[in-house]
Amino acid sequence: MRKLILLVCLLVPGLASAAGSNFPLDRADYDLTDKASLQSGAQTFMNYCLGCHQMQYQRYQRTFKDLGIPDAIGEEYLQFTGDKVFDHIRNAMPVDSAKTWFGAPPPDLTLVARVRGADWLYTYLRTFYEDPSKPFGVNNKVFPDVGMPHVLQELQGLPRETTEEQLVDGEKVQRYVGIKTDGSGLLSESEYDKVVLDLVNFLVYTGEPVILEREALGKKVLFFILVLFIFVLLLKKEYWRDVH
Amino acid sequence: MSNTPVDNSRRRFLTVATSVVGGVGVVGAAVPFIASWNPSERAKAAGADVEVDISKLEPGQMMRVEWRSKPVWIVRRTKAILDALAGHEDQLRDPNSDEDQQPTFAKNRYRSLKEEYLVLVGVCTHLGCSPQHMKDGQFEEFVEGVPDGFFCPCHGSKFDMAGRVFQSVPAPLNLAVPPYHYMDDNRILLGKEEGEVA
Amino acid sequence: MFKNLLDWIEYRIPMMRVANMHAIQYPAPKNMNFWYVFGFLATIVLVNQIVTGIWLTMNFVPSAEGAFASVEYIMRDVEYGWLLRYMHSTGASAFFVVVYLHMFRGMIYGSYQKPRELLWLFGMFIYLALMAEAFMGYVLPWGQMSYWGAQVIVSLFSAIPVIGPGLVEWIQGDFVISGATLNRFFALHVIALPLVIVILVFLHIVALHEVGSNNPDGIEVKRPKGSLKEEEKTKFEMHEYYTKKYDIIDDVVPFFPHIVLKDLVAFSVFLAFFSYVLFFNPEMWGKFLEHPNFEIANPLKTPEHIFPVWYFTPFYAILKAVPNKLLGVIAMFAAIAALALLPWLDRGKVRSWRYRSGLHKWNLIVFAIVFIFLGYLGGTPQANWKIIASQILTVMYFGFFGLLWLYSKNESTKPLPARITK
Repeated sequence: MRKLILLVCLLVPGLASAAGSNFPLDRADYDLTDKASLQSGAQTFMNYCLGCHQMQYQRYQRTFKDLGIPDAIGEEYLQFTGDKVFDHIRNAMPVDSAKTWFGAPPPDLTLVARVRGADWLYTYLRTFYEDPSKPFGVNNKVFPDVGMPHVLQELQGLPRETTEEQLVDGEKVQRYVGIKTDGSGLLSESEYDKVVLDLVNFLVYTGEPVILEREALGKKVLFFILVLFIFVLLLKKEYWRDVH
Repeated sequence: MSNTPVDNSRRRFLTVATSVVGGVGVVGAAVPFIASWNPSERAKAAGADVEVDISKLEPGQMMRVEWRSKPVWIVRRTKAILDALAGHEDQLRDPNSDEDQQPTFAKNRYRSLKEEYLVLVGVCTHLGCSPQHMKDGQFEEFVEGVPDGFFCPCHGSKFDMAGRVFQSVPAPLNLAVPPYHYMDDNRILLGKEEGEVA
Repeated sequence: MFKNLLDWIEYRIPMMRVANMHAIQYPAPKNMNFWYVFGFLATIVLVNQIVTGIWLTMNFVPSAEGAFASVEYIMRDVEYGWLLRYMHSTGASAFFVVVYLHMFRGMIYGSYQKPRELLWLFGMFIYLALMAEAFMGYVLPWGQMSYWGAQVIVSLFSAIPVIGPGLVEWIQGDFVISGATLNRFFALHVIALPLVIVILVFLHIVALHEVGSNNPDGIEVKRPKGSLKEEEKTKFEMHEYYTKKYDIIDDVVPFFPHIVLKDLVAFSVFLAFFSYVLFFNPEMWGKFLEHPNFEIANPLKTPEHIFPVWYFTPFYAILKAVPNKLLGVIAMFAAIAALALLPWLDRGKVRSWRYRSGLHKWNLIVFAIVFIFLGYLGGTPQANWKIIASQILTVMYFGFFGLLWLYSKNESTKPLPARITK
């Protein structure tokens, strides 16, 4: 019996499934309790992403409440579409035109953090690079041949692939080393990374607005179960003293 | 079999204590099921306050808006209509609005915050049809001497220009006045009284 | 007055007698260990699925247009909707964890042997119904994996000669998986299969109580009437339904309170694991709630990798291991059928692995490892080595049954104890 458990435990690491992505992802060190970060992310989303992408499952009012933004301020700075505060976050882009312009309508982003993961999003938004062969002039390391322009270019500047000559298997090869911006952006590299991290933080939040509440309740529930377990165990042992 | 004697008081204590803890657990587990029946965010959004712009309303005119899926009427009453309200109170079932069909500010002859504007929920208190607005003397064929009012075509209930119900009709109560207040001279907010927080 | 009311009811429907016979004075072996909690836990999870399922149905919209949005509505707009949803999704996976451990218990202690063959068969029917129920339930949220998983599994039926393609259209109710499919899966998932499962569970328990529970030593606690001395018989009061027919040895405890309390301890441990997953990791890193399913179903976009949920992955691996479509489907169903035939494939007379040969112990352990490894292969992206591995493991899977049939006839077993040990 013990042998079986031991063998099963040895197998568990092997059960972790491969992510399926080839490009190494940077870790997105987001913090859902950081309201300032979430607010910045919300602002970035409304200013840069809402033009094409919707969040049809998330309401403005919920967003303001969870992020600590008074309704009036939220309506003024974050609500541009004429919607009411309890409406969902939508834009006016017609689906058919979107197909013509982009090939496919830009996907809804409410749940994108649950589909792709925070690390993927964080790396994706920081690995656009100049590529004149593409319709929008940019390509992406994490999402090759993506149909999206580099919307945040004014913040990052025009990014380029940098390569280095390296010796691989006895041959001189141009190896990809990283992305470097041409410096024309409004933000420095670390500032841009922070803006992207805040945006990713916001996307994680909209993917599941109830995360913090869920974990808080979980702590209380687990504590209760511990108490219940102790009582039930004592009661069971008491009655089983009749046996043997 | 165990040799130590059965400690009954310990058993009883543990049983009771465990049952209490278990009971707390059951109640706690029931909370989400019961709470999930409360109106959802979508229901609350649909039932949200409605802002009405009354700046274009002419004297004698009525406008209809929707609030909580119900029709709400706003009538700009002329002085003549307002004066006529005192003239038939002996024919009304509840002329002083004693029944609980309106906020406190509407427990008067005019049943409104400002005399000039009447705000009513346009649902007959009999079985829920929406009565018709009879003006310019059209109402006289239903109640002699009363030129304006509301007539319900379903079963013939009649209401005056303050929404008060006449006697001898199927409807038992005056038309309801919803909670509302004036955001400014041109805008009414349906759904909340003055100073009321959500 | 109260006592009279109970008598009035009892005269008309034997509530107390049934409760006594099946839930209070039912003799249970006293050495039922941790492997014996999973049947009880499975019933708890079944109740959880039904109750949370009913509550979800109050807000779920079973149409292709509305399903996905209605799940997000439940997650965001309905008070505690997120908790109900996670209870249901965690419960689905918990059900299979518990059921697989429950089945493995039956295998190691020989609980499928005579006279419990029918009990085992009812269990297999429950397992089949459960798999169908889980499969259809997963289609309902109408995410990418719901749609494409349904697409792959339903299209398996096209492998059947002659009637295959027509059968697929008939199941789908359309030329492709569509709202028609969702609608009928909803009806089956919410009413039809739960009814079937509940009835089968009832029959499963009736069959169990008729022959009595097995135990880790695999020896009988109910002896022929008159064969025991007075001091050997149990001191606990057992229902006359059993004492009339048997002498019950003093190695049993009454179901209430002893087994009930033992099960409650197990329940609180289970609840701790369950709650940990529910509140801190409901997705279970994409195993319980697959990431692609948070994207709405798109018939024009196939996901990069399509896997069934983890509990189907061993059989999915067997399906993929066989290069021929029809033979793969047959192999997959044969894998389940082989389990059902255990009472007859095992020709041995000794039940518990405690007293059987070392070969049998290893056979069982290897089987468990093979099953888990097949699950890994079925749930991860393809690779060349994985194809060979799943073929070897499929052979090993069926090999378990073949080997068992071969050695069980003349197996070297240890002598059975006269009385129950720990």
